[in-house]
Amino acid sequence: MNIVVCVKHVPDAQGDRTFTDSDMTVDREGVDGLLSELDEYAVEESLKLAEASGGTVTVVTVGPAAAADAVKKALQMGADKGVHVSDEAIHGSDAPATSLILAAAVKKVTDGAPELVVTGMASTDGTMGVVPAMLAERLGLPQVTFASELSVVDGKITAKRDSDASTETIEATAPALISVTDQINEPRYPSFKGIMAAKKKPVEQWTLADLGLDASQVGLANSWTKVVEVAKRPPRQQGEIITDEGDGGVKLAEFLAAHKFL
Amino acid sequence: MGEVLILVDHVDGKLRKATAELLTIARRLGEPSAVHIGPGAETAQVTLAKYGAGKVYVFDDPAALGHLVAPQAEVLAAVVAKTNPVAVLIPSNSIGKEVAARLAIKTESGVITDAVDVQAGDGGPVATQSAFAGSYTVKSQVTKGAAIIAVKPNSAAISPAPAAGAIERVDVALSDLAKAAPITERKPKAKSGRPELTEASIVVSGGRGTGGDFSPVEGFADTLGAAVGASRAAVDAGWYPHSNQVGQTGKQVSPQLYVACGISGAIQHRAGMQTSKTIIAINKDEEAPIFELVDFGVIGDLFNVLPQATDEVKKRKG
Ligand SMILES: Cc1cc2nc3c(=O)[nH]c(=O)nc-3n(C[C@H](O)[C@H](O)[C@H](O)COP(=O)(O)OP(=O)(O)OC[C@H]3O[C@@H](n4cnc5c(N)ncnc54)[C@H](O)[C@@H]3O)c2cc1C
Repeated sequence: MNIVVCVKHVPDAQGDRTFTDSDMTVDREGVDGLLSELDEYAVEESLKLAEASGGTVTVVTVGPAAAADAVKKALQMGADKGVHVSDEAIHGSDAPATSLILAAAVKKVTDGAPELVVTGMASTDGTMGVVPAMLAERLGLPQVTFASELSVVDGKITAKRDSDASTETIEATAPALISVTDQINEPRYPSFKGIMAAKKKPVEQWTLADLGLDASQVGLANSWTKVVEVAKRPPRQQGEIITDEGDGGVKLAEFLAAHKFL
Repeated sequence: MGEVLILVDHVDGKLRKATAELLTIARRLGEPSAVHIGPGAETAQVTLAKYGAGKVYVFDDPAALGHLVAPQAEVLAAVVAKTNPVAVLIPSNSIGKEVAARLAIKTESGVITDAVDVQAGDGGPVATQSAFAGSYTVKSQVTKGAAIIAVKPNSAAISPAPAAGAIERVDVALSDLAKAAPITERKPKAKSGRPELTEASIVVSGGRGTGGDFSPVEGFADTLGAAVGASRAAVDAGWYPHSNQVGQTGKQVSPQLYVACGISGAIQHRAGMQTSKTIIAINKDEEAPIFELVDFGVIGDLFNVLPQATDEVKKRKG
């Protein structure tokens, strides 16, 4: 089974993530970026599925020059080839536009016939978690999302999804779109061999034009939503901190009473 | 004023708290109508009317909830086409967000998720979200199509405003593609008898520091009528169910009071609780980053502090 895994390059959550002053988009230049941790699970699951069925894994990303690092990391983990869609016009694209570009890239790299498309459950920066469902809608594929367990046997997909009131079993037949949660596996670290091998793996560089898309369909100016205000929340004021000297529990109850929680 | 659709949040017709909140918010934007997908609309109708639904659009073909996400988006798209609403408000849980996502593509409308507030504004509703684990507040608007906004629970204080709640059946033929991912089994979660995590006004959470013994955490939660949460470390260790995980890949909660017990305060955990009104932590390590967030902190062993606090709260409550 041949698999396309879609990944995102995001600002490191351990750093100081901010918005740019000029256009209120996520600052992707002032901070270190990396392959979204939640996409590592998608890469790992894709590798496992391909290893079991003897297929290939193609990693696709949309993003500025620095996003090449996300592709590289996936190749180091073991993906076979990469696609990096990059274009000035893409800057500031919202989720519908991003899914449009990804869908076009997936179609192009699979000659219009994807078998399995795998993604993470959400990005760690935007955190909306909507692109997988949008991608399924655009590609006209069955949607099997938030899989915390997955099996694919002869194209028959069975997944578990944890919802509020129940745990659900979902079935579908490939071709399909699958998103996976951080419960599904333990992503591998790139091995030394993997790191060396990645250097020789092919990475296609595509622009919007290569995908038959137009600048008027994407980017900040053509986004279907607009940010009207961004404000840094004042840091929480650290309150009273006490050391338990045998009466910590009583003091805690006193705090609750004083703040009308009892 | 135009129609505002809200997607009813229910389990077998039993309404969840978010529904009345969505209706309360919808009244700020226009004339609310509810879209009820699945069984139990007749039972739900009374409450939907009470909180302002002029109409209740009903689609109760079992296939709608028997397949993942896609059918609900098709039903909503049909109602949107018929009513041309100003906004569509959807519960911001994992299913709701995906329904919103597909609806956005189908109707070529902008979508905003995880809203914690929605107000009427010039040029359409303005939604407030928090970004980067709660360190920023972002306000945004939809500029194309109906404003599709997924709203988090606890985003509005509910108030009744009786309306007709007239039931109108929706006739949609679900596509084969919408029925391509059947839900073949639903295993209900064991009920704890405690409030639901995202709806609770108090949440008491335990982490690795519990060493696997959640009894002091649960005992304290129960004296406060609170929900119980857990860090991923506690969930990964198998000590508590994943549905109770708080954080980036668990639930995002915003209660009046959050009590973190034996939790260090990693960025991914903060992403799920940083917007709580009041935060308390109990941790042995005075350097634990969770203390940066707290209104009240106890440096100490949770196995001493929690039982004592539980007894004291019981005493005060009488
Ligand atoms: C992609 C990704 C997603 C993630 N998503 C989430 C998420 O959704 N939610 C989440 O919580 N984490 C998440 N994490 C994990 C997160 O990074 C931390 O590893 C996790 O939150 C740590 O849990 P903890 O605080 O319980 O454990 P630790 O960090 O080990 O902290 C335990 C704390 O307990 C204290 N302690 C120990 N014994 C006692 C005692 N007897 N009394 C009082 N205090 C005691 C210690 O001092 C310590 O501070 C995610 C990580 C990644 C990479």
